[in-house]
Amino acid sequence: MKFTLDWLKEHLETTATADEIARTLTMIGLEVEGVEDQAKALEPFVIAKVVSAEQHPNADKLRLCKVDAGTGELLDVVCGAPNARAGLTSVFAFPGTHIPGKEITIQKGVIRGQVSNGMLCSAMELGLGNDHDGILDLPDDAPIGVPYPKYAGMDGVVFDIAITPNRGDCTAVYGVARDLAAAGLGTLKSQPIEPVEATGGKGKVGVSLEFAGAPVCKMFAGRLVTGVKNGPSPEWLQQRLRAIGLRPINALVDITNFVSYDRGRPLHVFDADKLTGNITARMAKPGETLLALDGRSYELDETICVIADDAGAQSIGGIMGGEDTGATDETTNVFIECAWFEPTEIASAGRKLGINSDARYRFERTVDPESVMPGIELATRLVQDLCGGTAHDTEVAGEVSAPGTVVDFAFSEVKRLTGLEIEADRIAEILESLGFTVEGSGERRSVTVPSWRPDVTQSADLVEEVMRIYGVDEIPVAPLPRLHHVAPQMLTPIQNRRRIVRRALAARGLDEAVTWSFISHDEAVRFGGGDETLQLANAIASDMTDMRPSLLPGLIAAARRNANRGFADVALFEVGQVFLSDMPEGQHTYASGLRCGTASVDGGGRHWSRKATPVGVFDAKADLAAALDALGVDIDKAQVVAEPAAWSHPGRGGRVQLGPKLILGWFGELHPAWTEALDIDGPIAAFEIDLDALPKPRKKATRSKGALDTSALQPVRRDFAFVVDSAVEAATILRAARGADKSLITNATVFDVFEGSHVGEGRKSVAIEVTLQPRQQTLTDEEIEQVSQAVVAAVTKSTGGTLRA
Amino acid sequence: MSLENQISELRAEIIGAIDAAETEQSLDTVRVGALGKKGRVSALLATLGKMAPEERKTAGPAINGLKGEVATLIEARAETLRAEALERRLAAETLDVTLPLQPAPTARGRIHPISQTMDEIAAIFSDMGFSIAEGPDIETDYFNFTALNFPEGHPAREMHDTFFMKPSVDGEKKLLRTHTSPVQMRVMQKSNKPPRADYVTPPMDPPIRVVIPGRTYRNDSDQTHTPMFHQVEGLVIDKSSHIGQLRWVLEEFLKAYFEVPNVTLRFRPSFFPFTEPSMEVDVQCDRSGNEVRIGEGSDWLEILGCGMVHPNVIRNAGLDPDVYQGFAWGIGIDRIAMLKYGMADLRAFFDADTRWLDHYGFRPLDMPTLFGGLSS
Repeated sequence: MKFTLDWLKEHLETTATADEIARTLTMIGLEVEGVEDQAKALEPFVIAKVVSAEQHPNADKLRLCKVDAGTGELLDVVCGAPNARAGLTSVFAFPGTHIPGKEITIQKGVIRGQVSNGMLCSAMELGLGNDHDGILDLPDDAPIGVPYPKYAGMDGVVFDIAITPNRGDCTAVYGVARDLAAAGLGTLKSQPIEPVEATGGKGKVGVSLEFAGAPVCKMFAGRLVTGVKNGPSPEWLQQRLRAIGLRPINALVDITNFVSYDRGRPLHVFDADKLTGNITARMAKPGETLLALDGRSYELDETICVIADDAGAQSIGGIMGGEDTGATDETTNVFIECAWFEPTEIASAGRKLGINSDARYRFERTVDPESVMPGIELATRLVQDLCGGTAHDTEVAGEVSAPGTVVDFAFSEVKRLTGLEIEADRIAEILESLGFTVEGSGERRSVTVPSWRPDVTQSADLVEEVMRIYGVDEIPVAPLPRLHHVAPQMLTPIQNRRRIVRRALAARGLDEAVTWSFISHDEAVRFGGGDETLQLANAIASDMTDMRPSLLPGLIAAARRNANRGFADVALFEVGQVFLSDMPEGQHTYASGLRCGTASVDGGGRHWSRKATPVGVFDAKADLAAALDALGVDIDKAQVVAEPAAWSHPGRGGRVQLGPKLILGWFGELHPAWTEALDIDGPIAAFEIDLDALPKPRKKATRSKGALDTSALQPVRRDFAFVVDSAVEAATILRAARGADKSLITNATVFDVFEGSHVGEGRKSVAIEVTLQPRQQTLTDEEIEQVSQAVVAAVTKSTGGTLRA
Repeated sequence: MSLENQISELRAEIIGAIDAAETEQSLDTVRVGALGKKGRVSALLATLGKMAPEERKTAGPAINGLKGEVATLIEARAETLRAEALERRLAAETLDVTLPLQPAPTARGRIHPISQTMDEIAAIFSDMGFSIAEGPDIETDYFNFTALNFPEGHPAREMHDTFFMKPSVDGEKKLLRTHTSPVQMRVMQKSNKPPRADYVTPPMDPPIRVVIPGRTYRNDSDQTHTPMFHQVEGLVIDKSSHIGQLRWVLEEFLKAYFEVPNVTLRFRPSFFPFTEPSMEVDVQCDRSGNEVRIGEGSDWLEILGCGMVHPNVIRNAGLDPDVYQGFAWGIGIDRIAMLKYGMADLRAFFDADTRWLDHYGFRPLDMPTLFGGLSS
């Protein structure tokens, strides 16, 4: 909210400087977003007259103007404003002037071939609000060549403060003054509102509320003033409004804006002669529309409260008046509205319609419920003062009152919650200065909340009031008591898993990515998701509609973006949540990664030391194995089965499991059809690990690793080559070999695999090395021969293969 | 020919042959020819036995002298030949060591700044006795709003700000949590029901000291907002913790996190539904250069929100607000990562541009600890 120092001083007797006031405002919770010495900033802008305006020869929307800026010569100025016309008095900036609303400095220039010696300005360009419909349109008698701030009466400082949603009372200069006075920056001036006698008797416009449910408009007061003379408001009022960026319209409208800012009390003025019959506050009817004062037409519905006459909706309740019934210069009979609307209803209606008005700003922060009657009196007085006329009876429908909360306040709460030690009388004094009534004595008193602070309901709220006025900075910093022991392990096993797997994968040369939790519906379906309960009802973009069932779509999209930038050989991973259902247990953490092009663990691209080979299933399997190993799972002790994920090449993928139902992860080359569908150049080798599926670490009685069991005898290694059917898995051969003599055989690995005509069509040769570890004594040739035969027998039996001659 | 001449001639001949030997093999032939069983020096030695004692007295030392000399020369020549052979081998084996290596995997892989920052935060709060609490991203209206004292009709509850899931069959409208605060309630609530997933932190009894990192979502996207971002929340609940201690915790945290000797904080009264009193915190900084520098300068930068946990929230958790009290704060992880490490654009965090990850990411073994330092 904006206000000037002058305006503040209408309510606050103070000698404080603008700096002191700004600092105090921020420290009591009225955050200053800007303090501007407006007069200084706008000094270079002068009043100027457009002497002539002709069409620009090279641009439809531009005009060539001759401008008299009081320099004694006519300046050529190119202007794009629709209202630039001969005879218009406006505001002009010479070349070299900084334009605050645009953050640019205007230069002398040539626009579409025509010289322009400066700029005619809109209110927005001057930083005086949002009005950018055209350049400023000043009265004809505005003095040419005079600096605009001098003309506009901006001789002071303008504050812009942010008001939190609970402080409706500070959407008024008066409320701000009250807070500042409480904070010791002066004395609040008392300005009682004198009621206006209704000499005109009963007016012709009646008011009523018609709500089926809880009324959105709880109270409506209307008052007819007949025989007014509208027109421009007096200079003091115009200047006050202009200084905070409001455009003076006419006296009646200016009064509503003034009271809105001065007292936080929004009003509306109807031209009573344009109203049909009586006024009713009700919900809009489906299909009802209204042309509002901003010149836009709004579609209303039954969630929006309107003020209607017998002809239909004439105003959007608490948000904006209608164009057709608004007060104009010709208005002679005015009907003043002062009402109270439910804050949440106004907030949602305002958002729905996309209207940010001063009225909405105040009503959604809660207007003082007891301000309706004083508000209509103040408005009537101002109307009579500025426009004359005869006031009629105030018509009232409904009623609203403040909750009148009384808090039984133990002053010790201040110390308990803040650590501040403040004397009881000082606490009472602070509360009273804010308008609270404090009764009783001692350390526990009864505090009555004033009508303008409905946000205060309990002790903690009062503690905040005391704290912010006393000063948050006064709170002594006190250490949180330290632990009396070494900090216990901070991360749970699951949290630690994520930390470790990240480092393990990065150590294999993969870059960690963080991608969106939501992906497109098509991608979600493709990767096994897309369930309705995992779709957003209000997605922000069409490729962010579904919660991801896998990290791979996000990583593939990332790889595609990198490829499009010229970096095709990327290796990426992500450790993050996937969503298998909308329940907490449906959220799993996966660690997934992919390698593209030639990005093997040794690096991508061409290098003198090796051939640049495309990544394949074993790159993915190696990443997965390394990650599992870092997490304490030996892949050789788990089952690796040729059951690939749906995204995988069916013959080049597999999964790691501890049993058919306990799947730890998948690896493989991306299915060629998917590569194409996902619009990315292959090859891609990918893996996924479900970190939540890993068995929980067992609680151990001791951390001892046990004795190291080594043999003094040398191991013996024997090689075997088997010719088997191509479909036989190496795992089957190794399992059989290892099982041939469990006491002697400690390892079996594959050292060669090949296919070719000499081993037969559809067959392959698999050469394995078997390690025998004698325990008691050196093995004799006979013993070795026996074990060898057992190995051959076991393998041939389980595979149907033969020992290669 | 006298024996003397004979020895002298033989010596000259053998020395010539030794010098002429170019390989260890040919040298060995020389050795056998001279000192072998049938060698010429050996043959000469054999003649000693037949000599008269007088003659032997002079011939013995002479022939033995020749034998010793020849043996020494052969050994010296052998040494030379071995050295030459090694030289040749070394020359032959020489490689161009300036050929570039491929960077090690640990030199290529990077940890994302968000993960690194979370680890830094964890290191600091671990020292203050906090543990890490977590909850689900898909939340109920109750945990995200109602339990946290958001009134019905609060603007945050609208589609405008919050992502809602399509309603389920029973009509329940779940949502994507807009902050990490729902986890406060999950941790504080009096409940004997264990969570249905292992990652969800079970309810705790006070005293509670937790930090709550996680993904959060808002229906917002522009230069400085992304629809998904990361927050870390802190919660302390016991019977005595107050704003004085909140100030200490935040000052110590920010000092440790930004690795500066001092930070100056400004606590401003503010408003959040779930804290009372509520405050926003600005940190003093220098914004004159391209980067914000914390711990110096005279500008203020809003950095976090905090306050005493609202009595209604404590009550909603099933605790008595007259007995239990505490404070909470929330801070953007992405944001403080940007402030510390100088990234300009939040949106780049989620783009996975490998050039960005290479530049702003962290080496896998660069692990933030208090004993080794947060950042290297």
